[in-house]
Amino acid sequence: MSVISVSSLTKHFNGIKAVDGVSFEVREGTIFGFLGPNGAGKTTTISILCTLLKPTSGTAIVNGYNCLTESAQVRSSIGVVFQDMTLDKDLTAYENLLYHAILYNVEKSKRERVVNDALKFMDLYERKDDLVKRFSGGMKRRLEVARAVVHQPRILFLDEPTLGLDPQSRNNLWEFITRLPNEKGVTIFMTTHYMEEAEVCQEIAIIDRGKIIASGSPDELKKTVGGDVIYLRTTDNEKALRIIREEMSLKGKVSGDELFITVSRGDACLPELIRQLGEMVKSVRVQRPTLNDVFLTLTGKEIRPETVDAADEVREAVRAYRRRFDRT
Amino acid sequence: MIELRVVYVISAREFKKFLREKSRLISSLARPLLWLFLVGGGLSRIVPTEGNITYLQFFFPGIIGMTILFTSIFSAISIIWDKEFGYMKEMLVAPVSRVSIVVGKAVSGSVVSTIQATVVLFLFPVIGLKLSIPSIFLTIILSFIISFSITSIGILIATFYESFESFSVIMNFIVMPMFFLSGAMYPLKKLPPLFKWIAYLNPLTYGVDALKNVIITTEAGGMGADFPLSFDLAVVAAATALFILLGTMAFNKRI
Repeated sequence: MSVISVSSLTKHFNGIKAVDGVSFEVREGTIFGFLGPNGAGKTTTISILCTLLKPTSGTAIVNGYNCLTESAQVRSSIGVVFQDMTLDKDLTAYENLLYHAILYNVEKSKRERVVNDALKFMDLYERKDDLVKRFSGGMKRRLEVARAVVHQPRILFLDEPTLGLDPQSRNNLWEFITRLPNEKGVTIFMTTHYMEEAEVCQEIAIIDRGKIIASGSPDELKKTVGGDVIYLRTTDNEKALRIIREEMSLKGKVSGDELFITVSRGDACLPELIRQLGEMVKSVRVQRPTLNDVFLTLTGKEIRPETVDAADEVREAVRAYRRRFDRT
Repeated sequence: MIELRVVYVISAREFKKFLREKSRLISSLARPLLWLFLVGGGLSRIVPTEGNITYLQFFFPGIIGMTILFTSIFSAISIIWDKEFGYMKEMLVAPVSRVSIVVGKAVSGSVVSTIQATVVLFLFPVIGLKLSIPSIFLTIILSFIISFSITSIGILIATFYESFESFSVIMNFIVMPMFFLSGAMYPLKKLPPLFKWIAYLNPLTYGVDALKNVIITTEAGGMGADFPLSFDLAVVAAATALFILLGTMAFNKRI
């Protein structure tokens, strides 16, 4: 069953298409990843789904409610962790969560329990009476996730949850997040531009320049790259290549002193390969494609452009415009 | 439409932070003291007064008005802080109405402002004023009403600014002129006609005048209140309604 269903969603900022006819479905109880480079339209899409922005056209249904016409019901069904921190640093962890519980209409008799539960779940209970400004970056993020689940939402939105965190805090945060669907029964919609983090998702949509260019499970997406690559070193590469072609009907190429073969399942293919080539084999390694390879194949560029190009300038203009004029 | 729980959350949050920041509390009390004793004390040596009051006694309702003005505007423009530091998003994405957020901000700002005005009010014996207990209560109630109207003006201003670089603009072009042209420092009657008419358009003028009505009880000639208390209250109430409405509209449109 779909808990988010988006069709032909479009958002223009001053003539620039930030989101351009996007459609997708998110199944209940899964982690859905929305991937793409900075400025691809991820945050704009999340803002529309959270009812903070109105779409130019198209429809977005969240938990059965229309984002445009039933925004109050949508807001009650979701929890959001924004890209930028939205905690009050001058309040304690407990106060931040308690006020959240009141804003979301949690019954008075239940408030204390749900707040403490959320703090315990994210391993912050010991620090509940400390001011948030004394927390580390990773703890603040965990606290934001804790706050977002206080009112037991059906869907949790995470916009670049690990941005700006060190690798250790990132891993730590993922451990907590990946437990949420099973233990709290929430569906997670997340964006990231760290491709390796998207491995935790059951379903992924890759967005670039406002359009979805591919979607599927991480494995399905990786298969579109053409499967695993086996790198071989042999005593005679030319002879080995001939054997592979004739006996195993696989395609391969010699590159430098290595021979590489693209196959759908590298691990399953290895025993047969070694049997055929016998003692010719000097070394062998299998490389699985990463999601980054998927993105590279689809768009011809790395997901994190290091240089400022024309597209970046357009994105910056969109952001400036959004800050200035377009608030709904 | 106005959800009390939202007003409660915003007020509780503001109040907790107010009590935690001792420096803010002290510095906000230092300003009226400086103005009353250093500016007022100096001026009282050279400014002739009418009737039976001293310049400091004339200045006193204006100082309470000033306390309300500064505290209310600062509380309201915490909206800019909330926008900059993100907490505003937490409120905007919650299932609450925008008007509740605006009213919550107005109530919380007014409470803080009234507390400060009350602290300043209790300086009255120091400058030789005599106030009855009913007058003290009336002044506190008036302070709350005036605070509410000034906070709603502050909210309207805050919705138009993005960051606190705009802070000095607000101070120099809105807050200070509002103070000088409110009858706090000199009677409106003595102002040149242009300034007098600007002062008549300033909501704070009627707030300060209402305070003069209650606080200046002795014969004060041209230095007493200009309008009846009921008229002052009517203007302040109308201004509050207008600015809450405009503030909510601007808030809806811009945030």
